[in-house]
Amino acid sequence: MSNKTDSNVYTILFAIGMVVVVGTLLAFTAASLKPNIAENVRLEKQQNILYAMGVNENDESSAVFVDKAQAPELFKQYITKQLVIQGDDISEDDEAYLIDIKKQKAIGKDDPSKRKLPLFVGEKDGKTYYVAPIYGKGLWDAIWGYVSMDENMVVQGAYFDHKGETPGLGANIKERFFMDDFIGEHLLGDNGTFKGIDVAKGNADPKNENKTDNEVDAIAGATITGNGVTAMIKSDLKLYKPYFDNLKNN
Amino acid sequence: MGLLSKKDAKLITDPLADNNPITIQVLGICSALAITAELKASIVMAISVLFVLGVGNVVISLMRNIIPSKIRIIVQLTVVAALVIIVDQVLKAFAYELSKTLSVFVGLIITNCIIMGRFEAFALGNGPWKSFLDGIGNALGYGVILIIVGFFRELLGSGTLLGFKVLGDPIEKTGLYAIGYENNGFMLLSPMALIVVGIIIWVQRSRNKELIED
Repeated sequence: MSNKTDSNVYTILFAIGMVVVVGTLLAFTAASLKPNIAENVRLEKQQNILYAMGVNENDESSAVFVDKAQAPELFKQYITKQLVIQGDDISEDDEAYLIDIKKQKAIGKDDPSKRKLPLFVGEKDGKTYYVAPIYGKGLWDAIWGYVSMDENMVVQGAYFDHKGETPGLGANIKERFFMDDFIGEHLLGDNGTFKGIDVAKGNADPKNENKTDNEVDAIAGATITGNGVTAMIKSDLKLYKPYFDNLKNN
Repeated sequence: MGLLSKKDAKLITDPLADNNPITIQVLGICSALAITAELKASIVMAISVLFVLGVGNVVISLMRNIIPSKIRIIVQLTVVAALVIIVDQVLKAFAYELSKTLSVFVGLIITNCIIMGRFEAFALGNGPWKSFLDGIGNALGYGVILIIVGFFRELLGSGTLLGFKVLGDPIEKTGLYAIGYENNGFMLLSPMALIVVGIIIWVQRSRNKELIED
């Protein structure tokens, strides 16, 4: 190393220069790509919702969304109503799928009646699906998903995703073998109260033949992520129970 | 090898065996434990590190004469972090599906000590071409071990390879499971990665006694 690069003045100037250059570069990249990224995120939400109600291109073992380019059209075609439930009010909103669940969860903590709960009503092959978003935390970061139900709160399909769960372990919540286990599971207990679905370790029913046990088989090595899935299903889907009660009474 | 001189070729082949970053230099163990429960994750990580280390080594090597030695570690960290984040953003904008697969690895790549280790030990003192070869060589050496560990952990832990049920179905009891074989769930937990790496080190050193330190 030459003497020039060892001086304090040089070091400080270099540090400042580095911060400016790298900062500008990152800010520029982020700002110029923002519209593209936002559009991708928007389309992904539509794909996720459609996936949960069974509109997807799944092959035998992997989860495949409908084509991105077709997502808006299919979304319009299959999703008949986008509802926003806020306290006792139910309104329609064509952009309900863009509601930030994380933010609404924070609002709900202070005042549950102010929380906006989006619910997407879809029709496929003459059957009605109710798709609700859920949001929670896994081992490292956020996890979220969409669950579609019928009017008796029996799960018709589920899609889970995560920000940074461990590859090969917790990250497997978005694999078919895990998500498909939820199909047909009952969210309500025997007496009609809300029970949720437990991602259970040491489940006596690994083939998942018993759909009314409110349990699916957990992933080995992903206990905390699995608990996160259990928790978000319990806390978020429970809020839709009154809606389904109303549905039945009317 | 017509393309590379003997010395240059050694930069690539050495880290594959006798100077392997994981088994000899003992770098990058953390990520080797974290993501080798599945073969697919191992392969993705190996390719990502190949890219980042190759490019990062060249960038650091080009900057080697102007980086102040007092803050060189921070400069290296900044360079690799900026590089990875920019790539991540570009992927998010133009190859969203791919970026979803890779996003989990971003943090693991930045903190991978092989990358810092090679910047520090090689790129700061050598030209860009040599540094590039060194980066590629070390990333390959890292990748090879990752894939070996991933292979055994997925095979013995889940009975699958790249998601295919090669040993039969553990729930339907077909294939090997029909005769009473069981998956070893312990293989899915990180301590077993350390043990598999340990076995590789043992095999490697017993085959080449020169590697054994006093």
